[in-house]
Amino acid sequence: MIRVEHLTKTFGEIQAVRDVSFEVGMGEIFAFLGPNGAGKTTTIKMLTTLLRPTSGKVEIDGLDPAHQQNEVRKRFGIVFQDPSLDDELTAAENLDLHGALYHVPRKLRVERTESLLKLFELWDRRNDPVKQFSGGMRRRLEIARGLLHTPKIIFLDEPTLGLDPQTRNQLWAQVKKLNEEERVTVFLTTHYMDEADRVAHRIAVIDHGAIVAQGTPAELKQQTNSETLEQAFLALTGSSIRDEGAEANRDLRNMAKMWRGRR
Amino acid sequence: MTTIYVLWLRQLKRYIRSKPRIIASLGQPLLYLLGFGFGFGPVFQKAGQGNYIQFLAPGMIGMTILFTSIFSGIELMFDRQFGFLKEMLVAPQPRLLLMIGRTLGGATTAILQGILVIVICIIAGFRPLSISALPIAFAFMVLVAVLFTALGTAIACTLTDMQGFQMVMNFLVMPIFFLSGALFPLTGVPAAMALLANIDPLSYGVDGIRGAMIGVSHFGMLLDFIVLGIMAMVFLAIGARQFSRIEA
Repeated sequence: MIRVEHLTKTFGEIQAVRDVSFEVGMGEIFAFLGPNGAGKTTTIKMLTTLLRPTSGKVEIDGLDPAHQQNEVRKRFGIVFQDPSLDDELTAAENLDLHGALYHVPRKLRVERTESLLKLFELWDRRNDPVKQFSGGMRRRLEIARGLLHTPKIIFLDEPTLGLDPQTRNQLWAQVKKLNEEERVTVFLTTHYMDEADRVAHRIAVIDHGAIVAQGTPAELKQQTNSETLEQAFLALTGSSIRDEGAEANRDLRNMAKMWRGRR
Repeated sequence: MTTIYVLWLRQLKRYIRSKPRIIASLGQPLLYLLGFGFGFGPVFQKAGQGNYIQFLAPGMIGMTILFTSIFSGIELMFDRQFGFLKEMLVAPQPRLLLMIGRTLGGATTAILQGILVIVICIIAGFRPLSISALPIAFAFMVLVAVLFTALGTAIACTLTDMQGFQMVMNFLVMPIFFLSGALFPLTGVPAAMALLANIDPLSYGVDGIRGAMIGVSHFGMLLDFIVLGIMAMVFLAIGARQFSRIEA
């Protein structure tokens, strides 16, 4: 479903993503883990047509996101790291607007809205403006929205950030259910290793822009002689705090700003 | 078409739901109308220019449309801040359609706001020449609204933070308003000011509305119409270009 070969992205001097290769099969739940500034979001942006790779090859359902933008966009749903709902609109209106933007016929839009809002336990609140929603409800609504156009893949970029354990549990249970029922491929990032351990079929660990390990959670633990995925993760990526990474990230952002002004 | 329609509808829903904003933005023209209208009215009359409320009302309509439409354009910055912009940019839609939908929606809210101000002006004593003049005035209102929403959009694409917003208000929107002849006749002003007024698109908008509503026009309504039409196209093109360059 997703095939990435020798993917590289450089911003000026900095290599944000270096020679990354991996594959995600249809119906798989794939976790993409890494410390802050490791290149996760940059990779997601390249997979989701928001950024062009410097070199390397990306295939989403056999299509190239850099050149067949709109075709690729119809095939995936995305939940961004930061919220992206319209607060003034109701839950149902947010979904309907999304459906219209993704060319979903009206009748199907209504059906999908109902089934997804019910699945994510938001149906009773469908006519309330999103500004009245809690963080967890917003997240669930965003996932529901990302799935409205029945995509083949859903990208979840740290969907559980800032949520309490109850909400996180519930959210992953719903994602798993969807994965089983609709056979949607899930590509997720998270900093909660226990979540990745429980939910993901396969994991890739990225650090300093390069993949350092790949495999099932059990394989990763075995490789590093660790009991938990968290220990495995620390063994793979070191336990020093990523000030450097954060700084590189900030540099990237500043540089991107400069270019935006210049072009 | 669906794309344009749903984004237009979104702008409209946001407008109708923000009742405090509607009321607040009616306060300003009301204040001008009462303060200037009744304050300067007697002087204006003595100077032999006739009824000041009659003269001022089209200016207030133009002013309201200017403020509302620039703001709707700049609302794009809020979309960026609150993340909705990303949802639009990653959708399988050409950027041009997204921009047109948003702009038409913003322009519509500005026109609605303008109509409310017409009602207020009529309550304050303003009398348009005839009912048949209103469709022509309406056409000018549409042009002004589209033009400045597109300008606001273009600005919002370029600004990355909220601080810039205040600058735009003080150094762009207020001068556009004050130099437009909304408050005073442009006949007999100093040459430098006349020059600025001549390059201010709102001058032609206010002049057109005034021409249609009270039959007094400085540039002539045909020229107003041509200038506004061309300017609206130019700003739409600039807005579309800037919008196509935003990065998520």
